[in-house]
Amino acid sequence: MIEDTLEMAESPRPDTVKLSRRSFVQLLGTGLLITVTEGVTLGQGRRGGGGRSIAVAARIHINKDGTISVMTGKVEEGQGPRAQLSQAAAEELRVGVDRIRLIMSDTGLVPDDGITAGSRTTPSTVPAVRQGAATARKLLTDLAAKRWKVDPSTLTVSDGSIRNKAIDKTITYADLANSADVEEAFTQSVSSDIALTPVDEWKTMGTSVPRPNSRDIVTGAHKYPSDIVRPNMLYGKILRAPSYGATLESIDLSRAQAMKDVLVVRDGQFVGCAAPSAHTARLALEAVAATASWKTVPQVSSREVHAHLKRNSRGGRPRTKGSVEKAMSDSKKVLSETYEVAYVQHTPMEPRAAVAEWEDGKLTVWTGVDGPQRNQQSLASALGVPSDRVRVIVPDMGGGFGGKHTGEAAEEAARLARAFGRPVAVHWTRAEEFTWAYCRPAAVIECKGGLDAKGSIVAWDFASINPGGSAIDTPYSIPNTSILSAGSDSPLRQGSYRCLGATANNFAREAFMDELAAAAGADPLAFRLAHLENTRIRNVLEAVAKHFDWPRRRRQTTTDVGVGLACGTEKNSVVAACVQVRIDRRRARIKVEHVCEAFECGPIQNPANLLSQVQGCITMGLGPALHEQLQFADGKILNASFAGYLVPRFKDLPTLDIHLMNRTDIPSAGGGETPIIAIAPAIANAVFAATGKRVRSMPMEDALRRVV
Amino acid sequence: MDARITLIVNGQKTTVVTDPERPLLEVLREDLGVTGPKYGCGEGRCGACTVLMDGQRALSCSTPVGSANDKEITTIEGLADGDRLHPVQQAFLDEGAIQCGYCTPGMILSAVALLEENPRPTDEQIVEWMNGNICRCNGYEKILNAVRRAASQVKEVKRS
Repeated sequence: MIEDTLEMAESPRPDTVKLSRRSFVQLLGTGLLITVTEGVTLGQGRRGGGGRSIAVAARIHINKDGTISVMTGKVEEGQGPRAQLSQAAAEELRVGVDRIRLIMSDTGLVPDDGITAGSRTTPSTVPAVRQGAATARKLLTDLAAKRWKVDPSTLTVSDGSIRNKAIDKTITYADLANSADVEEAFTQSVSSDIALTPVDEWKTMGTSVPRPNSRDIVTGAHKYPSDIVRPNMLYGKILRAPSYGATLESIDLSRAQAMKDVLVVRDGQFVGCAAPSAHTARLALEAVAATASWKTVPQVSSREVHAHLKRNSRGGRPRTKGSVEKAMSDSKKVLSETYEVAYVQHTPMEPRAAVAEWEDGKLTVWTGVDGPQRNQQSLASALGVPSDRVRVIVPDMGGGFGGKHTGEAAEEAARLARAFGRPVAVHWTRAEEFTWAYCRPAAVIECKGGLDAKGSIVAWDFASINPGGSAIDTPYSIPNTSILSAGSDSPLRQGSYRCLGATANNFAREAFMDELAAAAGADPLAFRLAHLENTRIRNVLEAVAKHFDWPRRRRQTTTDVGVGLACGTEKNSVVAACVQVRIDRRRARIKVEHVCEAFECGPIQNPANLLSQVQGCITMGLGPALHEQLQFADGKILNASFAGYLVPRFKDLPTLDIHLMNRTDIPSAGGGETPIIAIAPAIANAVFAATGKRVRSMPMEDALRRVV
Repeated sequence: MDARITLIVNGQKTTVVTDPERPLLEVLREDLGVTGPKYGCGEGRCGACTVLMDGQRALSCSTPVGSANDKEITTIEGLADGDRLHPVQQAFLDEGAIQCGYCTPGMILSAVALLEENPRPTDEQIVEWMNGNICRCNGYEKILNAVRRAASQVKEVKRS
């Protein structure tokens, strides 16, 4: 079971405004609060069919001093929405981006933009913010027109000033915000149907605006969730089971109770200590943990996990086209291979962290989660309080990569804070994050393909067990296909990740395509192009092959140095990569020396940030491709540390040659995920080119060790 | 048993009475409110907690505070000269070498320590030195560019 599906990702709640109006005045001062009825685009591409729902969002606040605040429920965790959404608002309000103060992810203030996931900020929230900002501009312009008794179309707006050329007068947004009559006009929420600025007229969007609070990052002034301190705050530690599925039978709290300054609580399976320092809380927890007795249950180990997943494969019916069975039997050649992917962890630099504070039965939590509103709901139901008595604030946080959809630390901190009547901080350790955060699913993927006499694929059978269904469809033109996404019994808690199942499905598909190409005696590039009608994928594939000089490098393959390529599409963006690897057979090491990647996600909204995302995706993708895997036995993670779980470091960085293709005739898609999906299969294919051996499981260095 | 420990943090002398086994990182963050150094792994394998101790790079998560007695500790908060950023801080801004930014204080202080010791590092030396600092956003390319840029500026400053 994947804990978070993208279908759940957008759930705007139209009542947000009612909760907020008072807070606005308290926090933003008096001025204009502009609430906009927004059509929220649900789904992207094939998913959800682009349906729309309506939400009333309090988007823009113009203070009487001229400060413009823009509200969003999205979360900044390094992927760049703070700059991008500021640009979106600035563009449509016709002001400089430095005029925008973006207020993010505080349930007391911001509309519900859905959880920050699935590359949805760009296709959903950017348009919503632009609509809100464009509507605000139009309302203000209309008001000015009314005041001057002219047609609004005769007025121009720039830099926050509305200009009446005929009488050579201007009026600023701040002037309008200060006038007594104007507030009345803005108490109604307004429907937004105003056209957005076309791409070729963008002034702020499309430029490399840096992250607005980056100076606070380099000076250490920014407060991450784990940096938040409240008066009289304690540090809490939570008792963890020694293995998955273990239940607490008995525990003696007296040792901790006897310690100076220590508070301890047990509520069923939940046991926690708190003290004025984390050190004391840790000592107290160790003291009570030593007295605990547990009932354990047998658990599947990582050695047998793929067999287990396959054995327990369940659910799902294949989607079919044509007749795969007949086409296979008519095929000249049939190949059948199985690919495997290990469980991996997100390991964001900042582990889960929260501070909880109760006041008059109301809870405020500062924490690092992807969905503040969703976390507000889950906290309310876990703690048995109405959700309007819970406020969740997410300061810009230290990474997530799909791993922070759930708010465990927030709930733990809230329980301790309620038990002890004081604010409590809970900061997970790295070992807790490795062990108790959900991970990216392992996968078993069975591929079967049939080639006709001309070397064309005529039959395609793809059964993917456990990783989820993203990017499961083949983008290649094949007349007979059967595609299955099946669930299984996951021994580990699993959930979202950067591009989630697409990492596994694209790995298997693109590696298997390479096997079919070899069986057909064809060049991997020519073989793909021969089966590819999707022009967007063709464009990135051809671009990357040209920049990489594919034919030359392929000719230069040696037994130590190989090249491989792969492509794919997901979340309405397209990617292709060529890599060069060097093989150290004796040590079974794969050194990725050079990566050339082309990526296209429609009109580029912030080139520097998109480049960071693509660089990050490629380099992050090296980890699960080569080294990363959770090892577990008897319900324990055996490598819950950076010592045994190897994430990419400076030394792993290949030469990166990245080509961002700006395509302006389609809507922008998000770019923080899909660039990860081409890297692993390209490496697998490069390893084959050098060694003649197929590595069919991630991480590949383990697989290589078994074959060389 | 608690001990009286004197720390000179960003030029300011402070005394704490605490268990000398506590990690320096926790004393800085919890007792002194200096939250620039971050917890990343608690065992000195990620560099998020990096500080300078008497000018040398130190991993504050695995430094018992007792061993920092009378030492000068520089954290990210103490690097700028008033409003003027240290060249390494400025280089991180100029290169946009920030994604989530949680590793950034440790990265910057590691680079500062490197350039103090070796103002003209080669790329190999930068990679070798910085390899103990993890960035999970995997922004290594731009961080590397920032360190290179800072190195060239430090060189210029030293020349002039």
